[in-house]
Amino acid sequence: MKAMDKQIVAFCCEHSAYPAADLAGKLRLRYPENVLVIRIPCAGRVDVIHILKALEKGAAAVLVMGCEDGACHHITGNTRAKERVKYSNMLLKEIDLDGRRVEMFNLSPNSPHKFVRAVNEIANVVNRPGR
Amino acid sequence: MIVAERKPMEEIKRLIAPYKKILVAGCGTCVTVCWAGGEKEVGLLASQIKLARSAEGKDVAIVEATVERQCENEMVAEIKDKVAGVDAVLSLACGAGVQTMAEMFEEKPILPGVNTTFIGRPQKEGVWVEMCGACGDCFLDRTGGVCPVVRCAKGLLNGPCGGTRRGGKCEIDPDKDCAWVLVYRRLEKQGRLDIMRQYYAPKNYRAVKRPGKVQAAKA
Repeated sequence: MKAMDKQIVAFCCEHSAYPAADLAGKLRLRYPENVLVIRIPCAGRVDVIHILKALEKGAAAVLVMGCEDGACHHITGNTRAKERVKYSNMLLKEIDLDGRRVEMFNLSPNSPHKFVRAVNEIANVVNRPGR
Repeated sequence: MIVAERKPMEEIKRLIAPYKKILVAGCGTCVTVCWAGGEKEVGLLASQIKLARSAEGKDVAIVEATVERQCENEMVAEIKDKVAGVDAVLSLACGAGVQTMAEMFEEKPILPGVNTTFIGRPQKEGVWVEMCGACGDCFLDRTGGVCPVVRCAKGLLNGPCGGTRRGGKCEIDPDKDCAWVLVYRRLEKQGRLDIMRQYYAPKNYRAVKRPGKVQAAKA
C-alpha cells in the first residue's frame, strides 16, 4: 500500500463538518483525496464500535467531526462524541496501537479552512514514513 | 446483580494466544448492565483482538455471540453451532456462565474474559458498589437495609469500630461511608433505634455450605 493510499475516515456531522467540507469543495480548497467523508446526523451518533470497525477495515485514521463546543445541534452530541473518541484511544492504547489514529475536531459549518486544516493535519500524521 | 470487570488486555492476549478461531461469547444479563460482557463489549473486544493480531501480522477469525443468560443450559445451547466451529471460546460472562459453557462444551477450552467481582448495584453511571456478600444468613431487617458484612470495611456486626471519621466516613477509605453510621441514621429515620440496643446471637457463618445449593420447595 502506498503511503498516499492510506484511507482516512471522517465522520462528519451534517450540521457542521459536512457543510464545512461541502464549502471547502465549492471554494476549490485542496485536501487529500484519501479522506472518506461519511455524513452523519450528529457526532453523537458515532459509537466506539464504528471507530474500531473503520480501523479494522483498514482505515489508517478516523476523524470524528462535530459542532463547536456548546453549539451542538442536538445539545450534547459533540461532548458524547469527544468522550467516545477518548475511550477509543484508550482501547487502542491497550493493544499498543498509536492513540493518535482517532481524533475529534469541533468546527462550525462556515469553516471550510478549518476542515481542510484538520484533515491535512491527520493526513500528515498517517502519511509519515514508517507508519 | 453480579458485577464483573474485563480482564486486562495483556492477560486476554495471553489466554487466546494459542488459538486462531475464537468465539467471543457475551451474556445479556448482569455483565451487560455493568458494561463488562454484553453485546457491545463483545463487539469492542472482538475488534480489539482483530486489530491487535493484524498489527502483529497474525491471523485470527473471531465469531461473536451473546446469549440472554450464559448461566442457563437452554440459552447456551442456542450457540452450540458457533462453539462447534471454533478452537476456543472467550467468555465474557461471570464465573457461573463460564462454568456452564465449560460443562456443556467439555471438549472446548472456555477462557474467562472477565473477573467476577461481587454482587452489587450501580451507584452512578459507570460505578458499581458491592451490596451483598451472599452469606446465607440475611439480617438486613435489623440493620435498616444496610449490610455491614460487605459495606463495613472490617465486616463488623456489632456497631462501628473506633475509627469512624468526622462526617460518617470509613477510616480505611475516606471516600466510603461508614456502614454503621448509615445503619444508625436509617434506623433513626424509622424510629427503630431500639433495635441497636438488643443483643443477638453470633452470626451463623456456616449457613451456606460450599458449594451452595438451593432447591425449590416441592408442592
